[in-house]
Amino acid sequence: MPSHSFTVNGRPVTVDAPDDLPLLWALRDLLGIRGPKYGCGIDVCKACTSHLDGEAVRPCVVPVAAAAGREVTTIEGLADGDRLHPVQEAWLEQDVAQCGYCQPGQIMAAVALLKRTRNPTDAELDAIANVCRCGTYFRIREAIRSAAEKMG
Amino acid sequence: MAEQQNLEARTEQQAPPPPGTRQDQADPAPPPHRSRRRFLTYLLAAPTLAVAAGLGPEGAAPAAAAGADGVVPTLPGPADLLDLGDVLILAGAPTAHLLVLTVGEDGTVTFRLPREEVGQGLTTAVAMLVAEELDVPLARVRVQLDDARPELLFNQFTASSNSIRSLYDPVRHTAAAARARLVAAAADRWGLKPGKLTTRDGAVVAPDGRTAPYGTLTAAAASRHLVTLTARPKPESAHTLVGTPTPRVDARAMVTGRQSYTLDLDVPGAKPCMVRRPPTVYGTVRAVNNEAAVRAMPGVLATVVIPTGVAVVAETFGQALDAKNALDVTWGPGTIDGYSDDGIRARLRSAVSFPPLPPPLTRHLDAEFDFAPVSHAPLETNAAVADVRADRATVWSGLKAPIVAQQTIAKELGLPVGKVTVHVVQAGGSFGRRLFFDAALEAAQVSKGCGRPVRLMWSRVDDMRHGRMRPATHHKIRVSYASGRVVALDHRVAAVETDVRHGLGEILTATGTKLPGGLGNAAFAQGLFHLTVKSPYHFGVTGQHLTEVPLRMPTASWRSVYSANTRGAEEMLIDELAARMGKDPVEFRRDFLKNSGQRAVLDKVAGEGAWGRPMPAGHAQGIGFHEEYKSRTACLVEIDATDPRHPRVTKAVIAADVGRAVNPRGLEAQLLGGLTDAISTTLTAGLHIDKGLPLEGSYSQFHYARQKDTPPDVRIFVMPATGEPGGAGELGVPAAVGAVGNAYARATGTRPRRFPVNFDVDFTPFPR
Ligand code: FES
Ligand code: FES
Repeated sequence: MPSHSFTVNGRPVTVDAPDDLPLLWALRDLLGIRGPKYGCGIDVCKACTSHLDGEAVRPCVVPVAAAAGREVTTIEGLADGDRLHPVQEAWLEQDVAQCGYCQPGQIMAAVALLKRTRNPTDAELDAIANVCRCGTYFRIREAIRSAAEKMG
Repeated sequence: MAEQQNLEARTEQQAPPPPGTRQDQADPAPPPHRSRRRFLTYLLAAPTLAVAAGLGPEGAAPAAAAGADGVVPTLPGPADLLDLGDVLILAGAPTAHLLVLTVGEDGTVTFRLPREEVGQGLTTAVAMLVAEELDVPLARVRVQLDDARPELLFNQFTASSNSIRSLYDPVRHTAAAARARLVAAAADRWGLKPGKLTTRDGAVVAPDGRTAPYGTLTAAAASRHLVTLTARPKPESAHTLVGTPTPRVDARAMVTGRQSYTLDLDVPGAKPCMVRRPPTVYGTVRAVNNEAAVRAMPGVLATVVIPTGVAVVAETFGQALDAKNALDVTWGPGTIDGYSDDGIRARLRSAVSFPPLPPPLTRHLDAEFDFAPVSHAPLETNAAVADVRADRATVWSGLKAPIVAQQTIAKELGLPVGKVTVHVVQAGGSFGRRLFFDAALEAAQVSKGCGRPVRLMWSRVDDMRHGRMRPATHHKIRVSYASGRVVALDHRVAAVETDVRHGLGEILTATGTKLPGGLGNAAFAQGLFHLTVKSPYHFGVTGQHLTEVPLRMPTASWRSVYSANTRGAEEMLIDELAARMGKDPVEFRRDFLKNSGQRAVLDKVAGEGAWGRPMPAGHAQGIGFHEEYKSRTACLVEIDATDPRHPRVTKAVIAADVGRAVNPRGLEAQLLGGLTDAISTTLTAGLHIDKGLPLEGSYSQFHYARQKDTPPDVRIFVMPATGEPGGAGELGVPAAVGAVGNAYARATGTRPRRFPVNFDVDFTPFPR
């Protein structure tokens, strides 16, 4: 069984797994990192959204071999200890989450967007394709706008 | 230990109290505006304070049908007098005293909630009630989801927007009794009269400023020798937390990824498991043709044939999924193999007909509506963990009816009910889906079959195709009118049978729904229909009828059950009727609504939403109203349908009067969710049935709204508290369905009759 070394949330890890095992299952089943959620497995729902070298990816379609030597950040790695990321803070302010299941992915997508631009347009907000079956979209929008403002 | 104490307490109500348990004060003085049974509270034997309290059923208060000028009064229907929530409250009464609250030595207050949290914010609302009554900071209250407790009978069932309605009084009485005991313990300690003491911030306070934190009093407060004052909940006018917009208690866990759902639990040795399912719904396994080859695949630990398919257990879900796909299975037929959409629609259409024509001089308006089936599609697919041993079993899953799950699983495993522990896990959405326990039963079967604990997950494709849906419906509606009055509304609904075999959450009514000739599924469904569906208008002789077509499909109640389609269609027809009678839609509704409370929410959205403001071509406003579960709401939307194939709701204004909102912030969230459901199911989201199977297999095919489909401007108004809490979880959908449908019709100049309106098969289905 090939072994793959990378870092997750700043911690170096090594997993033994077939090259094509989706990173999502390496994280969840082999490393016990349960923040990224399964919702479709085919890059549709975006619930598993995490960062690979700071870019938003969907680990359900990233083979574990592609993570070798790179930096994976999941929702668990976003806060700095007890200090939440401003996007997480904004999520609390707007009380966005309902069932919460989509929210790790929503937050990771929002963080990646705000890394690209501090002033997202309506079109850029509309382009966030993460499914929220509880229908929290309006609060997500408000939270991203408020985080963007605070991050200046 | 805790369980035993509970049972003791339960015995208490039927027998004289044995030593170690004592009955506390009752509340004999009901507020004048409503009659109340006495509330009994119990002290449970424990080293620290543990209190349980009783519940009284409320008298059903019929809404007076005051006839206004120019309208023909409608006699109150069954849902006006006694709705489903009332029935559940009555059904739950004898066992509800088993609500247990404990105070720890660290001052933490723990409340065990016999309900499920699926995102509706119930744990937050209940924590607020406890914190308010005990004068303790919200952060110090923990609400834990209770395991299945068969002795609770009907009272462990999360459905019908009933939770707050049934828990509001008993939770407050439980906490009030605990506060009285803490005050009495402090009075003892200080040698003061309890009446001189107050409570604040998790401590008892003496007139001279001394304080005693609850944690330091809890052991003394548990003494059965303590003399306490009558424990009565605060008057609502004294509430400082309840009624105030409050963020969810689990919000931080959710934004940091720490909120645990079923498959996030670490159950030692539990391995990933997925099930290969038949090519048509409710198909059966005839033979597995390559079991040995699949078992030899990397990571595969076992394969197990279960009634619903073939399960694979593996080291990772990735490997389980590969192995599931590699299985070669010969399948037996399912229950609707010959059926596709057209055949189902034809059955529904022929199941109901219009009534005979009304008398001459009475004009009438007829309309037929069709609604496609809709997947519940909670973002967390069906999931369960099970650890079945020879003499016992433990199951974890998101369950709204855990008792019937426990009883069914025990029967399936051949174990006594007491040997099966069912843990209720907070779930990633439900919308009605988690009334059933499909994954829990399968996980138990697989664990028994392979002799190891398993974590069973449905793939998204399976969840959408086999994982239950709101059934398709067909509607024939006739409204009759003469001289400016509506004299009759006749609404005949044909629906594919909705599976209600969860009963009222336990085995008696669940099996009752299966009994031929007894209270069968159909009779139960009729009851459900008549207890929930009603018209809020004075439309003269009003009749709403349900005919179920017995096609066996994986169905379940969907948020708002029958009302989303039934009342949604009526709200659309009302706009047409208003036009025929020469009235504006808002003015028309105002004239025919039954009371001023209803008109107040309508006026609120009409005012705040600037009803009637000029809109560019292709844009329009639409309005809808709905009343249910003793709550009422109005919704006004604006739509941009310049491209009728890709309409977008651009703005929504919603007002709701739920009597009393425990957490207005949570109520707003529920209404926002209902709005998104309505936008989705009215415009784009549905399932196509093709030769016995839904074609849709993911969110790329089942078009539930995304960010780009939802309004960037939403305003929600919670009306001031006037009475007791009504239901809220399902309220929002029907009014919003009406509003979206009406706005689309006005913007496009069409009369949509089939929903969702844009419903092409715009994808290549996944293989069966
Ligand atoms: S699970 Fe990765 S996108 Fe849906
Ligand atoms: S909060 Fe439930 S899916 Fe988004």
